[in-house]
Amino acid sequence: MPYVPHSSEDIRAMLDVIGKKEIGDLFSHLPENVRLGRPLDLADGLTEEEVRRYFRKVASANHGQGELVSFLGGGVYDSIIPAAVDAISSRSEFLTAYTPYQPEVSQGTLQVIYEWQSFICRLTGMEVANASMYDAATALSEALSVALASNRKKAIVLPATVNPRYRRVVKTMMAGEGVTVIDVPAGPAGTIDPAVLAGAITDEVGAVVIPNPNYLGLVEPVDELARVVKDAGAIVVAAVNPVALSLLKTPAEFGAELAVGEAQPFGVNPSWGGPLLGFLACTDQHKRRIPGRIVGRTRDNRGQMGYVLTLQTREQHIRREKATSNICSNQGLNALRATVYLAMLGAGGLQALGEANLTRITALRRRVRDIAGVSLPFPGPVFNETVIRLDKPAAAFCAFARSRGVLAGIPLDGYAGCGPNDLLVAVTEKRTAAEIETLGRLLEEFLSGEPGATEVSA
Amino acid sequence: MSQEKNSQEKSSQGRLATGRWNASLHDSLFNKGAAGRRGLTFPKWDGDPAAADLDGVLPADTRRAAPADFPALSEPEVMRHFTGLSNLNHHIERGMYPLGSCTMKYNPRVNEQVAGLPGLADLHPDQGPDDIQGLLEALKLLERSLCEITGFAACSLIPAAGAHGEYLGMLVIRALHVANGEPDRDEILIPDSAHGTNPASVVIAGMKPRTIGSRPNGRIDLDVLRAAVSDKTAGIMITNPNTLGLFENDIREISDIIHAAGGRLYMDGANLNAVMGKTRPGDMGFDVVHMNLHKTFSTPHGGGGPGAGPICVTEELAAFLPGPLIVDHGDGTYGLEQLPGWDGAAIHTHFGNVGVCLRALAYILRNGGNGLTRVSECAVLNARYLLARLKDILPVDNAGECMHEFVASGKKWKTEFGVRTLDIAKRMLDYGIHAPTIYFPLIVEEALMVEPTETESRESLDLFVEILHAIRREAAEDPDILKGAPYSTPVGRMDEAQAARQPDLSWLGPCNC
Amino acid sequence: MVPDDRKYTQEHEWIMIEDGVGTIGVTDFAAGELGDVVFVELPETGSEFSQGDTIGTIESVKAVADLYLPVSGEVIEVNQDVVDTPELVNSDPMDEGWMIKVRLSDTAELDELLDAKAYNELLGG
Repeated sequence: MPYVPHSSEDIRAMLDVIGKKEIGDLFSHLPENVRLGRPLDLADGLTEEEVRRYFRKVASANHGQGELVSFLGGGVYDSIIPAAVDAISSRSEFLTAYTPYQPEVSQGTLQVIYEWQSFICRLTGMEVANASMYDAATALSEALSVALASNRKKAIVLPATVNPRYRRVVKTMMAGEGVTVIDVPAGPAGTIDPAVLAGAITDEVGAVVIPNPNYLGLVEPVDELARVVKDAGAIVVAAVNPVALSLLKTPAEFGAELAVGEAQPFGVNPSWGGPLLGFLACTDQHKRRIPGRIVGRTRDNRGQMGYVLTLQTREQHIRREKATSNICSNQGLNALRATVYLAMLGAGGLQALGEANLTRITALRRRVRDIAGVSLPFPGPVFNETVIRLDKPAAAFCAFARSRGVLAGIPLDGYAGCGPNDLLVAVTEKRTAAEIETLGRLLEEFLSGEPGATEVSA
Repeated sequence: MSQEKNSQEKSSQGRLATGRWNASLHDSLFNKGAAGRRGLTFPKWDGDPAAADLDGVLPADTRRAAPADFPALSEPEVMRHFTGLSNLNHHIERGMYPLGSCTMKYNPRVNEQVAGLPGLADLHPDQGPDDIQGLLEALKLLERSLCEITGFAACSLIPAAGAHGEYLGMLVIRALHVANGEPDRDEILIPDSAHGTNPASVVIAGMKPRTIGSRPNGRIDLDVLRAAVSDKTAGIMITNPNTLGLFENDIREISDIIHAAGGRLYMDGANLNAVMGKTRPGDMGFDVVHMNLHKTFSTPHGGGGPGAGPICVTEELAAFLPGPLIVDHGDGTYGLEQLPGWDGAAIHTHFGNVGVCLRALAYILRNGGNGLTRVSECAVLNARYLLARLKDILPVDNAGECMHEFVASGKKWKTEFGVRTLDIAKRMLDYGIHAPTIYFPLIVEEALMVEPTETESRESLDLFVEILHAIRREAAEDPDILKGAPYSTPVGRMDEAQAARQPDLSWLGPCNC
Repeated sequence: MVPDDRKYTQEHEWIMIEDGVGTIGVTDFAAGELGDVVFVELPETGSEFSQGDTIGTIESVKAVADLYLPVSGEVIEVNQDVVDTPELVNSDPMDEGWMIKVRLSDTAELDELLDAKAYNELLGG
């Protein structure tokens, strides 16, 4: 038995102490009418090497972003992860540690979470951040609940330019709370029109989501949108890409009271979409209402400064049915990975990261816009993602590109005013000039209808 | 004193002194490093130089006024900082975590190895089925395995944590009643011994939790149950074995009562480690169960997460899973499909904590059916062994029926020595083990919930017993030792009142650059 | 023995009446049960409530308790000291740790409350 230490001698000796003859006797009190009475119908246990063999076979039947050149984004990005991240997160002291409920033996975990919270506050301009959420979608939903609890309203505005997957989760979670969700369509520029937004905010609306950049990669007119929201007496909840916060205006600067987003690009493997790393941050007045664990700094009984889980009366284990969230386990190890990543990034790296993304998206737009059959329908500023419009179906181009080893982007399929010929293409600091050139040539080949052999550079 | 006895005592003291720490506290990351240092650099841009001229690309009114104030450290400094912090943690490879209901078992390293393979860790969630045939096959195998272990027809791997699974389970039960034209069924019965996430999950799913008093042993009182059901009953949420480690012997009757009243049964599977291969929630009469992969199935706790809380359901409830669903085409290929009636509901951005699921699959494959059965057998064996050896100093009610965990009450230590369960727990930290779960379940006074798990060896269990005896002796001789504990840990008891009164939740000082 | 210059409730609150205005706080027992109080949330002045309404919360490190209004009326004053220094609830719950003042709308409701003797019995002493 792989991980159970007991020899038959151990078992015999222990049963003696208990006063039983066989292990089965320990289960004899189970009622007859529930006993399984047969072995579990599962294959016999494998050795460790056989487990590796199985997974190698499984992995080789997949084709990931390490094998293919990826321009996929939509909230999860193919970012560069330094080796230090794995080295620290695989340490037993972090990997196997329990939730830090006993702070005296958990200062490592606690300080890391405090540093994660601090990084998120610095990026977003918010004053308080929690220890993480499952993902941006649930973080967004929970942030909206906090906003509505503070002003006791029962409706939100959820613009169409918010990530469609986040919108689905928000709608599902808001339904349980009886909250009305009001949609606002994307304007012709691919962003939210402040006048249209103003018209959509009723007296019942307590919170409005402002994404930045939005799902189409575009920078929203955040100042004007926030003004409209505040004039209507509602709260701004910002849904932001934290990598973009290297350069873009912070949620605090445009007047948000809550900010959420997906921090996966900070050192977390995409792993087909999970585990991810949602963050949730807020201004000071909401700190006693936000969900999730929070680490605070205080003194111990020896006068030393240390860290401890705090404001725990917000949480389910105390409030129970009065809790506003049921979150217990979070994404702690991923928050550790992100903290190591951000420490490695540092001030200089943060600037370089922003510029690397912006340079590459600029290069990509320049490369494709003059290709016959390609247009850029939304000319506004972007950070690392953009919509390109083809004169043929985007899905067909993706299939073609895939056959040449390139993941070209996410077809927008009628989303947010886009059509089946629209494609969402993302870059990261990992994309090379040669790879962008390849994408350009693939477009030319596909759209010209002349089969060629565009070389996919390594 | 004879030499033999002397050396026995010394080695006993040596074993008992395993709590000593040799690690110092670390300054904040934001106080470290210096201007100009850097850990991570990026490959240079060698393409169109015009693209690198970023002046005006982002208009001034879209940009932040000043860069985020980040520290600047080199890689060696980063490694030293976080390695130093790691030295301040208790962890499974340092010592036991006898935490009731947490199942802190060994986290196999092959799980980490395989989940991190290229072709698994680097898959983007928007890649189509053709790129992920291996993954879909593996996840389908996990679904089938979990269904076999729990006795159900269908599985959703999407919930990212146990509480998330509870929420999904409640949504599914609610969807069933609405589809049956019974939207007024919105009450979920919950015994008062339940974990806090249970009532919280019911509330956020838009239903009403109704607490029913359990018997002193935490078991459900059938008469109380019969009086509590009505035509508003949507269902009941039960942990089995319950939070006192006792099997709900009347579960089939409970199931009949709830079903007869039109409700459905949800099982909180936190304690599944006690019964694998012995009995299954599906056979007990439940309709849906969530499992905690980071408990029963060995995926690491990671200092608080990520875990995963997949659910298994009956055929009847399978129609209401949100999907997407993994479909086995029967010809060796797999696909992803939505149910025809799907109304757009979703509880996660993508497919949940896939990386965690892969680790759990590795664990299941390594163990096989026999291995998992053995896991439960030894989980119960270990708990009963501790119970037997501790019965004189930590008496437990219903000891003869405890399964993988037991709940002792520190009440007598309080009256005899004036020490609380909290003090016992803190003193344990000085002896190199983590404290057990304390003050839960709420229905036991000064509760101490102990779950050793099956991966603790006999010596480890004996050490635990010795430690408790040593602490008891201290409590009898000088209770202040416990009240001031711990002493040997990197920090002592924290001023939690001050932390909550004047929260300091973020480093505010400027960085060294 | 609790002072007999005021009335008490089952939820371990006290109310002291003067000229139709009730000063309300929690008792020593409640403060002891809560442990170190870290945060007090009180209603806004001018707000009106009915007897039994939840009007605020008291948080300690490990617990949250609702604050109920023992009699109907309008909140005319809240104790900012207790908001700024929640420790007052532990150090002096019966005097300086008072929480709100309410102008009673129905003095007959006072008859339903416990006198000092009845509250002592409730405490079991």
